[in-house]
Formats: sequence, structure tokens, C-alpha cells
Amino acid sequence: MSKELVNAIADMREDEALALARAMVEGGADPTGILEDAREAMDIVGQRYEEGEYYLPELMMAGEMLNGITDMVKPVLTQAPGVERRGKVLIGTVAGDIHDIGKNIVTFMLDVNGFEVLDLGVDVAPEKFVESIREFQPEVVGLSGFLTLAFDAMVDTVAAIEAAGLRDGIKIVVGGGQVTDKIREYAGADAYGDDAMGAVNLASEWIGG
Amino acid sequence: MDKSWKAMSPDERLAQRLDGYVAMPGFEFASPEAEAAYRERATIIRDAFEMRVPKRVPVFPSEGFFPVFHAGLTMRDALYEYEQVAAATLAYLDEYQPDAWFGSLALVPGRCFDILDYKLYDWPGHGLSDELMYQMNEGEYVVAEEYAELAADPSGFFLGKYLPRVFGALEPLAKMPLLPSIQEMPMTPTALLAFGLPDVQAALHKLMEAGTEALRWMGVMGGLAAQVRALGFADWAGGAAKAPFDAIGDTLRGTKGMMLDMYRHADELIETCERFVPLMVEMGVSAVNMTGVPLVFIPLHKGADGFMSNAQFEKFYWPTLKAVMLGLVEEGCIPVPFAEGGYGQRLEIIADFPKGKCIWWFDQTDMGRAKEVLGDVCCIAGNVPTALMTAGTPDEVRAYCKDLIEVAGVDGGFILTNGCGIDHARAENVRAMMEAGREYGLY
Repeated sequence: MSKELVNAIADMREDEALALARAMVEGGADPTGILEDAREAMDIVGQRYEEGEYYLPELMMAGEMLNGITDMVKPVLTQAPGVERRGKVLIGTVAGDIHDIGKNIVTFMLDVNGFEVLDLGVDVAPEKFVESIREFQPEVVGLSGFLTLAFDAMVDTVAAIEAAGLRDGIKIVVGGGQVTDKIREYAGADAYGDDAMGAVNLASEWIGG
Repeated sequence: MDKSWKAMSPDERLAQRLDGYVAMPGFEFASPEAEAAYRERATIIRDAFEMRVPKRVPVFPSEGFFPVFHAGLTMRDALYEYEQVAAATLAYLDEYQPDAWFGSLALVPGRCFDILDYKLYDWPGHGLSDELMYQMNEGEYVVAEEYAELAADPSGFFLGKYLPRVFGALEPLAKMPLLPSIQEMPMTPTALLAFGLPDVQAALHKLMEAGTEALRWMGVMGGLAAQVRALGFADWAGGAAKAPFDAIGDTLRGTKGMMLDMYRHADELIETCERFVPLMVEMGVSAVNMTGVPLVFIPLHKGADGFMSNAQFEKFYWPTLKAVMLGLVEEGCIPVPFAEGGYGQRLEIIADFPKGKCIWWFDQTDMGRAKEVLGDVCCIAGNVPTALMTAGTPDEVRAYCKDLIEVAGVDGGFILTNGCGIDHARAENVRAMMEAGREYGLY
């Protein structure tokens, strides 16, 4: 445990955080401990985001630092850390829409908050969602969309999930761009998420853990 | 003889532009009725802008591609069938009688982008099906290490670096010489060499071809704009500009790059934004000079609620946006920043602006708060939600508009329109919005 590393990441001191992690790796520190510190820092970042102290620059910086540290630790990691996942979330940008920034941030926040996330990418056809629900068996499905054309694609996607007989077992959340609670109602989804922590909170509420 | 433009104060310049906007001297209207309708519409927009109580609240949808889809055309048609777009626009205006047409900015000629092999966007026939809206491929088209070069010479950078990256056909322009090296007679020939290279010449020919197509398109769209006005509809945008932060963030560095730069390259980011201020002012002013419509649309992106903290907004985003707006005001133009997404977090900050000089156009911002904070500062416009226009009922739209006018329309200084473009709105909701505006918007 290095309080220093946790604070350097959480306080957005990138150079210092990476230097500390490198020194720890080179000094033979327990690699899983380093990842544990990074995870603890991510919790703090998430809290600060939720409290309105941090915004997108900090989430993206945190992601960069986490990637950098993971890359450093990987070669010396003898076994994959036994992370207990809280539940599964399937996510994608709906058919016709190729925007992914918002979706990627939501995916990242769900991931660092302990959910197993399968990201289908952009312009995901309803059939692809259906097929992936069958295979991945998520508890939660997130439909992202930036453009107004996404409204109808969300309707189609929920309808396809329903037609496949998969609707009962899952919760569906919509979000992004011009999406509002009105579109949640329009598409027949279960909830509308306003930002990345909104998605995390909804998933936590539904899945528990 | 009028005072020369140079000798005029910003207020005199604004008055001259606004007088021209309302009077349209020398412009031939379709009929005396159309002329009267135009005058009334331009006048209520002017009154709202000047924070007076107009005869009634100006009301018009932010139509986006609604006229095109409403006419049964596809997005592909919108990009390639100029005459059909023009006919669809006229049919839409005739059917709904909005006070103004936002219009031609989102309409672009697809062939120009075909010719130039545009990489920055996908559009129907180029990665997207015929029905889909064109969409940007975000990326780091400029890397952080290039800030200094970009800031030192934005035009040179665009010509030799940026254009070759976003237009496949213009890749050879990477060989462009440094133009300021064309100095004395003995120094000039070496700078000309690149223009003799076959691939550079091919690229220049592509540019000429695209230019010819742009002129053909403008022939149709310019004719449409004149026709729209001749029929009595006011213009809602005479030009466009961008916040420097977005000019660099949207299409050069990308959202992620820009957000990381706020930590990793803060000084260069700010310096480059400052360098873009005069360019963005010039972009708006030159368009206004061409169109005779003083309103400059400024679509805002990365400063919205949730993107960054207020401290970051005040450090990175607002100073240069404000400078662009003030630069436009100086030239007698009317900045119309469009705050896509929410701007509730920013209202107190943006309130720091000279009184009655701009129109803030909101999308998902609480208009009651906007009126409270900005009511003494400037006219506000907005914000019937696109989601409501698409998924709501006419009764819901009517109720929303009524509430909005009651809250934001108090004492004038308000324009009833949408947030984002209403592309896929239900026709009955567009009708409901127009009716509600007419019914509840009388002062």
C-alpha cells in the first residue's frame, strides 16, 4: 500500500504517479498491491466526480494513469488479480450512430466500479444487442446515442430485445446527447442516465453488491 | 455621405447593420404582404434582441433536417439533390409559417466532399446509409506536440498539415512551401517548385473541381435564401464562428486530446486558443458582410455542463469565447452562442458581458434560471426539447411552450425556438409549437 501513489493519482499528479509506480515495480513491490492502490485512487476520483469537484478532464486523466500503471505492472504480474465482479453490463451506441465518447466514459466508470462490461462499440444493430444478451447474459443493458436518430434506434432495440423474449431478465438504461427521460418512456427502457456516475448508481441499485 | 465604417462606434455599426436587416433596402419582395410580413418578423427579432417587449414573441423551429425528412427525402437527397432541398424548404416554410429560417448552415453539398475524399466525416454513400445524418469521425488530427507550430501560423498549418490529413485528395498539399518565403525575386523560384509537381497539381485541380461544385450549390442555396426572404421570412443566422476551445478541440485535437491537454499542455492550449480569436472573429464578420444578416451563430460544445468545472471553464474556455463575442460586437455583429447540452452551471459566468449585445440560445438549460441570471444582460432563446418534439404529444409541446413563454418571455427579450435541430420531430408537434407561440406569445 502506498498512500503516496493513491494520492498522486487521485490528485491528478500524473508524472509523479507514474514515477512512483515505476519505482515500486522496479523495487520489487507486490504488483497486485500497486493495482490495488490504483483502484483505491479510482474510487476517490469517482467520488470527486460525483461530488462535482472532478469532470471529464479528470476522468480521462485517471484513465490514462490507470492504463500507464497497468502496462507497467503487467509484465511482473504472475497471476491475474482475483477481482470480484459485481455484475455484468452490456453497452453500445445504437444503430446508425457512430458517437462513442460518452459511451466510453460510462464504460470506463462502470469498469473501475467493479462491473464486468462488454462494450459492443458504435452503430450496433438491434440483432447484435439481442445476440450479445444471449451470449453474455448481462443484468443491465446500456443504450447510448448522441444524435436524434438514436431515439428510434433505441425504440427498435428495446423492441427487438422484447421480441426475443429477453426483456424480463434485464434492466435497460438509455443516455447521451439529446436523450432525456422522455426518450426512456418512448423507448420503453427502465431508466435514463444523466452522466457516468448516474449509470454506475443505476447499475449498483439494480445489481447490488 | 455616411460616416466611414472605421470612424463608426460599435453601436453605430450595429445600428447600421440592424437597420439594414429590418429594411433590406433594394431587396425585392414577392408581394407587399410578404414585405410587411418580413418587416414585422425582423422587427420582433430586433426588439427581442434589444431587450424590448416586441409585439409578440418570435417563434420558429430550429428546423435542422425536418423540412427534408418531412418532404419524404432522405439524408442522401439532402446532400446531393440541391433543388429538391430548396423545394422542401419552401414547402416547409409555407406550411408552418415560422418567423425565421435558420437554414442553410447544416445543408452542405455532398459532391464537394466526394471530390475531396473527406475523412473527417461519414455521410450517406461514404460509410453511412442513405437515411443517416452525416457524422464526425473524432480523432487527434493534430497531435499535442504540434501546438507551437499551429499557434505560430494557423493558416500555414491548415494548408500544409491539417487539410492533407482530413481530405484524401489534398494529401499532396503537405508539400506546400512556406508562403512567407516568397520574398525577393531570387528567393521566389524555389517556392514555386511544389506547384509544378504532378501530384500537387492534381490536388489543386481537385480543389478547383470542388470549388466549381460549391459555386453550383451556392447558386441554388443562394437563390433559395433570397426566395425565402422574398416570401417574408426573416434570417436567423448570417454567419458562423466557433469558440476557440471548440475550434481546436472538435476537429483538431478531439475531445479526449483536448481534455488531457488541460493538464498536460495547459499553457500551449490557452495560447493557441488566443491565437484563434481574431480568426474566429473574421470568420463571423466576413460572412455577415456577405449576407447582410448581423446574427452570428456560435455552436458551443465542450464547455457544456458536466464537461469541465467552472474553474476550468473560466480558465480555458470562456476568456477566448468572450473575446470572440466582443470582437464580433466591435464590428456591429450580434453573437448568438448556442449552448448545446446544459449551461446551468455557467450562467453566472457568462452573465459577465455588456448589456444587450448578444443572444444566448439554450438547449437543455433551465430557462427560469437563465431568465433570472441573464434577464438583465441579454435576450435568451430556446429551448423546446428535441426529445419532446420527437417523442411527445402536441398537448405536451403546447404546455411546454406556454410555460416557457410565461417564464422566459416576461418583459420581452425572448425568442421561442428549440434546443437542437428537430430533424425527426412529429409534424403535429411542429404545428403545436407554432400555434402555441402565436397563441401565448402576444404581449
